[in-house]
Amino acid sequence: MKAIKSKQLRLLAAIMILGLASGCSSTFEPWVKPYERDNLADPIMSMNRNPVSMSYTNHAYQAREGARGAEGGAGGGCGCN
Amino acid sequence: MGQEAVVAATKQKLPSPPGTVRRLIIRLIIACIILGLLTWQAFAAVLPQDRSDAMYHSYQGGGMSIDGPSILLRKKIGNHVSVSANYYVDTISGASIDVLATASPYAEERTENSVGVDFLHNKTLMSLNYTTSSENDFEAESIHFGVSQDFFGDLTTLTLGYSKGNDEVGKTGDDSFLELAERQNYQFGITQVITKNMILGLSVENISDQGYLNNPYRSVRFLDASSARGYRFETEVYPNTRRSNAASVTANYYLPYRASVYGEAKVFSDSWGIQANTFKLGYIHTFGEDWIVELRARQYQQDKADFYQDLYSRSAEFNFRARDKEMSTFNNLSLGLSVTYEFQFSAANFFKKSTVNLDFDRVNFDYDDFRNVLAVETPVGEEPLYQFSANITRLYVSIFY
Repeated sequence: MKAIKSKQLRLLAAIMILGLASGCSSTFEPWVKPYERDNLADPIMSMNRNPVSMSYTNHAYQAREGARGAEGGAGGGCGCN
Repeated sequence: MGQEAVVAATKQKLPSPPGTVRRLIIRLIIACIILGLLTWQAFAAVLPQDRSDAMYHSYQGGGMSIDGPSILLRKKIGNHVSVSANYYVDTISGASIDVLATASPYAEERTENSVGVDFLHNKTLMSLNYTTSSENDFEAESIHFGVSQDFFGDLTTLTLGYSKGNDEVGKTGDDSFLELAERQNYQFGITQVITKNMILGLSVENISDQGYLNNPYRSVRFLDASSARGYRFETEVYPNTRRSNAASVTANYYLPYRASVYGEAKVFSDSWGIQANTFKLGYIHTFGEDWIVELRARQYQQDKADFYQDLYSRSAEFNFRARDKEMSTFNNLSLGLSVTYEFQFSAANFFKKSTVNLDFDRVNFDYDDFRNVLAVETPVGEEPLYQFSANITRLYVSIFY
């Protein structure tokens, strides 16, 4: 019983450390730094740079095809609008 | 007396009730996860950019002509709210092959209005949209709710969405005809920054419909030796439920000069037996600061619905019957070009940037089991397979402020 508890406590401690470490994501180092995102922020990298045209085009295809949904452009990308 | 009892109980080493440690561990794990998520939320989503677009759109092909305007207005209110409104009109004239086979050419108009609000709260972006669509024989309304969140130093963006729509289907010339349908969409999207030049995206959507899903004007044809043409038409009958799943993967890559390439692959399947896939490739090139040119190709292929047939051997041969060409086996290939010119009214102007855009796509449809019944000289069931081409044009001005 003691061995089980000790094992569980070690597991708990490990999980807590992992949880807190991941929680403290201010220490998370993104491999692409904010100052390296010029190219990603360029409108030519956006799947939805012209929403009115894209929405119309999706509608034009969807009216003539059986498939629908998952039109891409999930949004966001680099948080550098 | 009470205090003594508490002290005594505290001093005495009592065994834990069964499961206490496990419950404690579970609670702590949940607390750690919540703490982790709350801290990750410190990374911000952003409100959409303020802009206005005025577009003229046109679709010409297969005997149909559809065109009209679309106007979008979007403006931030303070630092947390962005509102948008869209007005869109389709003016439809002409006659597709379906209409020519069974009815007269017609003209009608569809008007769509939508309003939306985006709300940035605790650095989470939430969106709410309401859309109505109105035709003389069809009314639809839908509401959409979406949440978007950036994680891991803004390298990952997660988007969740839910939509609910209701349709009222009428029929011109039959005032007593009124049918209802409802629709629910569940959307999941994730975009991931891979390198400083590459983004990948995954999008998944489940849609379920219930109610009257037919087009009340479309018919199926069946053999009838007593008829002059050798066949007759009768109303289609669709199942009254449909569930579909679609998943797409996208990739954008920034080239060493100011240009980019993108690709998209999508798979689709539904409970009616339709299976489809779509592939898209594009190249975007810039000339100086002001010109953006895009070239793209899109290929689509689908297998027919289980209950689709071009020609039935008798009336009411099966419980469910369809001859919508959208339900048949076919493929199409689109080639497109977009040209954008960016300009500024003046450096001190309220408008940050303006663009004039022309998008054009040419689409060729080839059907594998939908025959051209207008070819009256050929024996029934041996008419040539149908094919047609369409031009899709969008001309629009965008102003960013």
